Formats: sequence, structure tokens, C-alpha cells
Amino acid sequence: MLDSLVFVLAGTLAAATPLILAAMGELVVEKSGVLNLSIEGMMATGAATGFVVATQTDSTVAGFAMAALAAMLLSLIFAILALGFLASQVATGLAVGILGLGVSVLIGKDFEGTTIKPLEKVDLGFLSDLPLLGEVLFAQDVVVYLGIASVVLVSFVLNRTKLGLVIRAVGESPEAANSIGYPVLLVRTCAIAFGGAMAGLGGAHLTLSYTPLWAEGLVAGRGWIVVALVVFGTWQAPRIAIGAYLFGAVSLIELFVQGQGFAIPSQLMSAMPYIITIVVLAAISRNPRVVRLNYPASLGLPYLRSE
Amino acid sequence: MSALLELKGVSKIYPSVIANDRVDLTIESGEIHAILGENGAGKSTLMKLIYGVSQPDTGQMRWQGQPVQIKSPAHARSLGIGMVFQHFSLFETLTVAQNISLAVKGNLGTLSRRIEEVADSFGMPLSPDTMVHSLSVGERQRVEIVRCILQEPKLLILDEPTSVLPPQGVQLLFATLKKLAARGCSILYISHKLEEIRALCDSATVLRDGKVVGTADPKRESAASLATMMIGHDIPVATHAEASTDGVIRLAVEDLSYEPEDPFGTTLKSVSMNAKAGEIVGIAGVSGNGQNELMRLISGETTLARTGKGVIMINQTVVNAMSAAKRRRLDFAFVPEERLGRGAVPDLSLGYNSLLTGHEHGLSRFGFIRFGRMQQRAQRCIAENDVRCGGDNARAGSLSGGNLQKFIVGREIGLSPSLLVLSQPTWGVDVGAAAAIRQSLIALRDSGVAVVIVSEELEELFEVTDRLHVMFEGHLSPSLDTRATDVNRIGEWMTGQFLSVASGPANASTGDGNELTADSATNGAGA
Repeated sequence: MLDSLVFVLAGTLAAATPLILAAMGELVVEKSGVLNLSIEGMMATGAATGFVVATQTDSTVAGFAMAALAAMLLSLIFAILALGFLASQVATGLAVGILGLGVSVLIGKDFEGTTIKPLEKVDLGFLSDLPLLGEVLFAQDVVVYLGIASVVLVSFVLNRTKLGLVIRAVGESPEAANSIGYPVLLVRTCAIAFGGAMAGLGGAHLTLSYTPLWAEGLVAGRGWIVVALVVFGTWQAPRIAIGAYLFGAVSLIELFVQGQGFAIPSQLMSAMPYIITIVVLAAISRNPRVVRLNYPASLGLPYLRSE
Repeated sequence: MSALLELKGVSKIYPSVIANDRVDLTIESGEIHAILGENGAGKSTLMKLIYGVSQPDTGQMRWQGQPVQIKSPAHARSLGIGMVFQHFSLFETLTVAQNISLAVKGNLGTLSRRIEEVADSFGMPLSPDTMVHSLSVGERQRVEIVRCILQEPKLLILDEPTSVLPPQGVQLLFATLKKLAARGCSILYISHKLEEIRALCDSATVLRDGKVVGTADPKRESAASLATMMIGHDIPVATHAEASTDGVIRLAVEDLSYEPEDPFGTTLKSVSMNAKAGEIVGIAGVSGNGQNELMRLISGETTLARTGKGVIMINQTVVNAMSAAKRRRLDFAFVPEERLGRGAVPDLSLGYNSLLTGHEHGLSRFGFIRFGRMQQRAQRCIAENDVRCGGDNARAGSLSGGNLQKFIVGREIGLSPSLLVLSQPTWGVDVGAAAAIRQSLIALRDSGVAVVIVSEELEELFEVTDRLHVMFEGHLSPSLDTRATDVNRIGEWMTGQFLSVASGPANASTGDGNELTADSATNGAGA
């Protein structure tokens, strides 16, 4: 019993990490007033790029770095279309997302179904040897800790720093931000690039640590859950993280239950993490005051500087 | 010594209009300089050029004697130009101090202390840790002004700053501006309110149709002579005869309490009022005190089904849960505050826009549009109300604010309602058109229609109404007979004083001795 508990809990942290990374990126993007729906595609591109680069160079660090870079390039295509040409953010996001899925298949086509040695777990000495706690918390790979750190960091930057104020100001009223002298499009472009890099890291964690293999369609809608997490988490980093861990936990419970051989249709079981996460988040985000206070008021609206 | 700011032959040309035509302007150090002009005269465009929001097409600007091209607001601020906008450039979900820290250097702690110091030294208390969305419009203006002062500007631009203030607030603002000018900061004051300019400004530049038509010393001119410069002729004043108010009650609002879904909205607290056939009832007050919520409940944009208590009756029918369309079938017509988007559809022609409220008034049959009648109706409305436009096929969005408002008001009057409710009917409308609208409202009253007007312009309310209510923080005052009261009294009530005196002798002296007023007085006191 204890073994299965450790399996679920330790797996939860690992399973939630790709979502957390991508969601922290998307949170910053949305706080700056941009809705980028191409996360699924950016994660897929990151996953394929990371896997291929790591396989070829034998360096997971290079894999993660190139994954971030590839997804960032993809997000900049979105930025050019949505910010530069004022294309609809929703339509552009969908298009770039589909492009990203295609690119991932192209990059990974010679590696379909191959595996890789997963990212090593960090050895924290006696901490890692603690029963239960050590196995759950202190025997993870470094990216898991990076994910946790990103929640703290993004939350701190958005709420406690001047940079965060500027991002939120641009997302609430780009006209007003421009009138007091902030470069709206530059801020938004940087936010989009950051969001892309984070989605790429998230995707790479899937192929380099969580699964660890490359297969077409491996992201499996996680990018969409990220979009939902950010909205239903009412644009607050801690709530988004809770949602991501919930998703991770239900995914692991599902694996565990399937392993026990219960007679539940596997399709239903696979759908459970998505359903439960959405329902729970929708339930906790019902307070209109909280939503109004955290919602970036200009989300998704194109911004044209007046002449 | 050279002037602080000098403009020579500055022009700004938009595709459809020349907004500024070879404008010359000179501002000396430490003076309060007025830019006077009607809506659409090019004042706002000129300010945008000075503040670097847009760039002039021709002409020269000199700042402290040096030629300068102001490229962006950031550039303007680095030169020492600050601006207080008519529609504030504040962020609602940030605190006062956070808002200011976006424009002023320094960490939040020291900045908060400086904000309090400056605010106190100008006699306008401000708490740095409050969220901006919870501030009144007047307080938001203070935030903007303090933000500018902290940047130690050499030139401060204010765009129609008093439109959002109660009369006492105006006095406070003027004192602040005079103190600033005494410290050597020049002030560029944009307004179309003549008395204010005469009270405050050292010199004035008058704009009409984008051109400078003259400069003047406002203290030496009369309001009438300034007006003549501004609009080219005297200001017409609507005539205002006694009303015959013994008519039937057309609109009754009884003990209405309502909490809006929008958490930043204003909660209405036991609001009671009525409007009878043949009278004009005004609702004064600084906007944001619940007027929008009340208007939406009366028009049917929001219904009172679940979230509130009280009764709204239009022509003796309870309409609490009724849709806007059904209410209109009760001979009710409504002119919303927002012209584009609520009053009219910008991308539709004037003909189609008259269809919006007229489809049950003979403009359609068996669900089909009667195009001939629709055109006739729109053309008649255009002709009768002197709407300047390219005919009934013109897009609503292509009309100027004043002309579109004349069309919308005319359209609603054309439905021959027995109750007409208007929100800010002359907001942003030029003086001539505003007078025309007021005159048609008075004519409507004389024909036996009940009219309700929500407005921030006290002069307008005193010009046309028979009874006046004041709205403050979701409370509605008892009504006063307009002829028996004055601006000071209403000004006091605009800051909530009626809440403590409503049941006292103040109300007894209104001269409007009917029992309905007494009713609303008790309600006001009970709230």
C-alpha cells in the first residue's frame, strides 16, 4: 500500500511539471493582455526538439535549451502575426498551434517510438533516503524543482516587482500604459517569448523525463489543459499550481487503478484527469470579485497605437 | 527670456478632417493658460500633439526656446510635461501607490510617504494602499494630479478636469492649481466652461474648427463675449416655463435595492422616485454613484428578477422582470449614455438604426422590414432635428457625437413615448446642438410626456428640469423643486449631505408639497 502511495505522490510531482512550466509561461502572457492558444503546438515542438537534440548530443541540458528556443521561435511567429499585423489572437493562436504539431511530427519522424535514458534524479543525500517523504519530495529530477521554483518566481515577479506591475498594467489598459510611456508591444513580445520558452521546457520534460520517449501526439491535450488552468486558476500562480498537481495526481491514480485491473473503460479513465481538473477549478473560480481583480482586462484585444 | 512652450503653425490632418489648422500657441512660465473651444474644435488633438501621443504634420514646436519634436509621451514626460486625462489613465486592479510607481521612480515605501506628503500639502487626502477601483471619480483625479506633481513637471495639461467633480471639488482643484502655478509650474487648462476659465486662467486661446480664432485675457472678458468667440454667435438658452405636474405617474420606482453582479459597480440602496406626465425630473450627481445601475434597471438592460428588492413601474405596470423590448411596448423610450454601442450600432446606417427601436412602430410587417417607411422615418428624423450627415444611408459611426445624439434623441421622440428616460443627453455635444436637444425635451414635456434626465451638468439640469434628485453612493435624495433651490444646495447634496438632513426641515422648504416627495424623503432618511 505504501508503495502505491509513493508511486502516486512522487508521480504527481513529475506529471504536473510540464503543465506547471507551460502554465507559468502562459500566465505571464495572459497577464500582459495576450491570449496565446498555441501552447499545445509549442509543447509538442519543444518535446520533439528536446528529444532529438538530447539523443543526438547525449546532453539533456542541450535538449532542454533547444526545446525552449524552438518553442520560443514558434511563439514569435505568433507575436509577429498577432501584435504586428493585429490578426485575431484566437485564430492566430490556433493556426500556430497546428503548425507546431506539424513541426513536431517532422522533427521527430526518424525517432518515432524510440526511448531515451530519463533525466537523472537529484540525490539530496540523507534527505533522499528519508522514508516516504524522501522518495516523494527529494528524489525528483531537477526540472521538477525548477517547476516549483517557477511558481514562486512568477508569483513574486507579478505581484511584488516593478516589472510585474508593468506587465499587469499593459494587460489591463495598453492605452493608459502607452500614455505614461511604456512600450506596450515590446512588453507583450517579451511576455510571448517567455511563454513560448516555458511551453518548450514543459514539452521537453515530457519526452526527456516523464515518459521518456518520443511518439506523435504525446502531448495529448496537455496544452489545452494549461489554457484552462490559467483561466480557472483565476490568473493566480498558486491556484494554477494546485490545478496542475490535481491533474497530475488524477493521472497517476488512473494508471494505478488500471494496473489493479478494475473493469472501468480505459477511455473513461484517461478522460478523468481532464474532467476532474476542470470541474474542481471551475468550482473554486466562481467568485466574480476574485475573477475581476485578477482578470487582465485587455486579454485578447488587439492593440494599435494611435497616431 | 523665452516662453516655456511655443507652437508655430502646427497642423494635424486626419483623412476626413483637419483637426488643427496652423495653430499658434505661446505658454509662459507659471501662467495658467486656457484652451477654450467646443467639442470637436481640436482641443484634444492639440493636447495629444503637445504630449507626444501623436505627431504634427506641419509646424514647429519650441520648448524653453529650443526646437523640439515630441516623439512619445515618455519623451514629453522627460521634458517635464505632465497630463491629467479626461478619461483617466489609471489601472483599476492596482493600488494608488502602485499606479504612481509606474510613472515615478522610487520604491513603494518611500513613494507612499511622498504621496501622502504631497496630497496633504495640497489639501487632498489620499491613501496610497487603496485599490484604485474602489475610489470615486474625484479621488481618481487626485491620483492623476499627485502622480503628475511627483514628476515635478514644468507644464501640466488638464483635459476638462471639472467634468467629473462636484462644485466643492472644483474649488479644491482650483486652489491646488493656483498653488502649483505659484510654484512656477505652467498649466494648460482645457475646457468649454466659460465661468471656470474666467475664475482660474490668466490667458486664453480660443479654438474653433481647428483654427485659433483669438486670444484673450479671460478676466477682462465676459462669459458672453468668450462664448461668442468660441461658437461664433451667442449661446441659445432653452426657455423654461412652469410645468403642469398634476398628471398621471408614468414612472414609479419604489424602495429599490440592488446589488450589481459587477463587483466594481455601485449597490443601490432603497431608491425611490417617480415621474409624472408633463414634468421633467432630473437626477444630479457625480457619475459612478449608481446612475448606470439605476438606468439599466429602468431600461430593462438588467432585470430585477432575483438579485434585488423593490418595484419599478412603467405606466402602472410592474416591469421588474420584464425585458427591454416588452418595456418599450409600454410607451417607454430610452436614450442611453453610450451613443456608440448602446444608443446606436456604429456600422449600420441611420436607416437601420431607426429600425432598432422602431420595428414595432410601423417599420416592419409580418417580420419583414418596410424599407420605404424606414427611409422616410430616418429622413424625417434627420430633417426635423437638423442632423448634419450624408443622408439616411450614412453610417452611424461616421457622425460627430453631437449629430448622432441629435439623431438618437429625435429617433426616440419620434416613437411618441409617454415616458422618455435619458442618460447624459448632451454629454460631449456642442453648445448649439445641446440647446436644441434641451429645447425639444421641454417641448416634449409641454405635450404631456414624463421625462427623466440623468446628467452631470448642473447648469443643464437647472435649465430644463422641474424637480431634481441627487444620487450619492447608491442613495437617491428626495426631490427638490428646481425653481426653489440653488446650485450650492445641490452641490452639498452631491457629497451626501441629504442622508443626514433628508427628514429634517430641509425637505419641508422644497415647496413641492405633495405626498410622494414626502414618501421619498422618508425612504432617503431610512437608508
